[in-house]
Amino acid sequence: MKQIKLQKILFLIVLGIMTMIYIGPFLFSLSISFSGDKNVFEWPISFLPDDATFANYRNVWNELPFGKWLFNSVLVTTIQTISNVFFAALAGFTFARLEFPGKNIIFTILLSSLMIPGIVLLVPKFIVLNELSLINSYGGLILPGLVSVTNIFLMRQFFSTIPKDLEQAALIDGCSYFRIFWEIFLPISKPALAAVAIYTFQGSWNEFLWPVIVTYTEDMYTLPLGMASLRHELLTDWPLLMAGTILISLPTLAIFIIFQRYFVQGVSSSGLKG
Amino acid sequence: MATIEIKNLKKVYPGAKEATIENANITIEDKEFVVLVGPSGCGKSTLLRMIAGLEEITDGEIAIDNVRMNELSPKDRDIAMVFQNYALYPHMSVFDNMAYSLKLRKVPKAEIKEIVENAAKILDITHLLDRKPKDMSGGQRQRVAIGRSIVRNPKIFLFDEPLSNLDANLRVHMRSEIKKLHKQLNATMVYVTHDQIEAMTMGDRIVVLKDGDVMQFDTPMNLFNNPTNKFVAGFIGSPSMNFIEGKIIEENGITFISKDLKFEVPEDLKPCLKEFIGKDVTFGFRPEYIYDKKYEKIKRLSRDMEITVDSIEPIGSESYIYFRFNGNPEHKFCFRSDSQQQYSVGDTFSIGVDINRLRFFDTTTEERIF
Repeated sequence: MKQIKLQKILFLIVLGIMTMIYIGPFLFSLSISFSGDKNVFEWPISFLPDDATFANYRNVWNELPFGKWLFNSVLVTTIQTISNVFFAALAGFTFARLEFPGKNIIFTILLSSLMIPGIVLLVPKFIVLNELSLINSYGGLILPGLVSVTNIFLMRQFFSTIPKDLEQAALIDGCSYFRIFWEIFLPISKPALAAVAIYTFQGSWNEFLWPVIVTYTEDMYTLPLGMASLRHELLTDWPLLMAGTILISLPTLAIFIIFQRYFVQGVSSSGLKG
Repeated sequence: MATIEIKNLKKVYPGAKEATIENANITIEDKEFVVLVGPSGCGKSTLLRMIAGLEEITDGEIAIDNVRMNELSPKDRDIAMVFQNYALYPHMSVFDNMAYSLKLRKVPKAEIKEIVENAAKILDITHLLDRKPKDMSGGQRQRVAIGRSIVRNPKIFLFDEPLSNLDANLRVHMRSEIKKLHKQLNATMVYVTHDQIEAMTMGDRIVVLKDGDVMQFDTPMNLFNNPTNKFVAGFIGSPSMNFIEGKIIEENGITFISKDLKFEVPEDLKPCLKEFIGKDVTFGFRPEYIYDKKYEKIKRLSRDMEITVDSIEPIGSESYIYFRFNGNPEHKFCFRSDSQQQYSVGDTFSIGVDINRLRFFDTTTEERIF
């Protein structure tokens, strides 16, 4: 009994340390974002700034094209999230439930594309988009992220677990395959769809590398890129940068808190029961 | 009016070496309740699903009311199907589950409401109409599944082991409910089960399948009394028929001889068995038609057969007595005895089999000789 108690205490200590390691930088950023003093790297670190102010948050909005970056981010993220949910579900349904020649080969090719590191694809993607005159445009920002193989795989695994009887009952009731997908499978796949939506939203909202490559004028920047552009070689306004960073992490945080249940289900899935 | 005609039907799954259904020929009459029964993997569900249009037909033809169905999709066959796992749409209420097929057929809303409520009344599920499937018991879900099938008033109802997920009591209850429904709806029904008691109690006629072949298609009592082969004789009836493999020899007329016992064949059977002299035959006798010679004095029984009681299974109304013939201690048989008659393990006494119920099968072909 005593040993179990000791184990619990040890476990809590390790958990506490790990939590501090993860949450520490965030708390430090939060503290800096409220700091009135631009010289924030003094030792010892002060988590509660003496001259706390909201000025940095006001300045983010007033001094920077924050509204435009926000619009760009929202546009890219919304389109990519909706499109990923729809196409991943549609392709997942096709691979899980329909029979057609070459199905397994196509699926294997899709899966093997996951083995290629994303970084290798940056140059070919850029060349293709350049040929299509889509560099520094919304098309260039959005198109490459409209659908992802990981999401297709996730949805395919989920749909595979839904009993075949349900699909056949719908066929006898008079459904077409698209109707089965739309009216029967989608409504009962909320946990998987939410997982796909959350993953895509998070990835798209925080995406930095691709916007860096595909955009070159400030009006096309997304929020992470806009924030990064505040870093200068000689002088960086850290409180302003941190205020912006905190602001852009809020939606992800909110979505995670609201859909936490689905998120955890989604992680544990690749195959939830219907 | 709905007849089903199955002609030379064959099903081979892609990549499979053997056919799942081989040359099936079945004609199901209008308003008939036909049960497809057989052990696991015999092809009964495949056959039902081919009627439904859920499985492609490799060869042969299925016709409903003389119209070829092979190329029609399930929705165009005017059938309804009840699945083993209910297959209710989990996100819809009972009402919506039942109304769904009507909505797809663009039936006016008021009419849908009336039809669904009528069906719910028949199945006594009116109080469940607002519930979701997850909030109901297995029996209630199965009623809803049946309700969903009756609202469309289809020509044919197909049932794929609908009661196998229910507990024993509920199964017995639902059995009679489905039979009642059959009378009420006056429809053609095809019902799949692996449970021969379910088949016997429900079917007007029964198709017995084995390894994709139709063994016999007959009424329940004919299957029980006049099985065409050893498989049907052994499959129908519980406990199943006792079999002894032996030979017919010419000795005191015609005699059956085996490791277990030796007896002179009764006069009535001699003409049939004459041509099997010197050949291997299997003697079959049902546990129901074995009598203790001490108690049974009226029936025409076979000559005395000496047995020793090996074990006893009392089930209340009667007891299953497992015994062996004194000639062969390795081979066990069963007979049903009135539970009033007290037996103990090790008892030795004489039994006789009702002469009219003796059955002989050709050991090589397994076809019935008598």
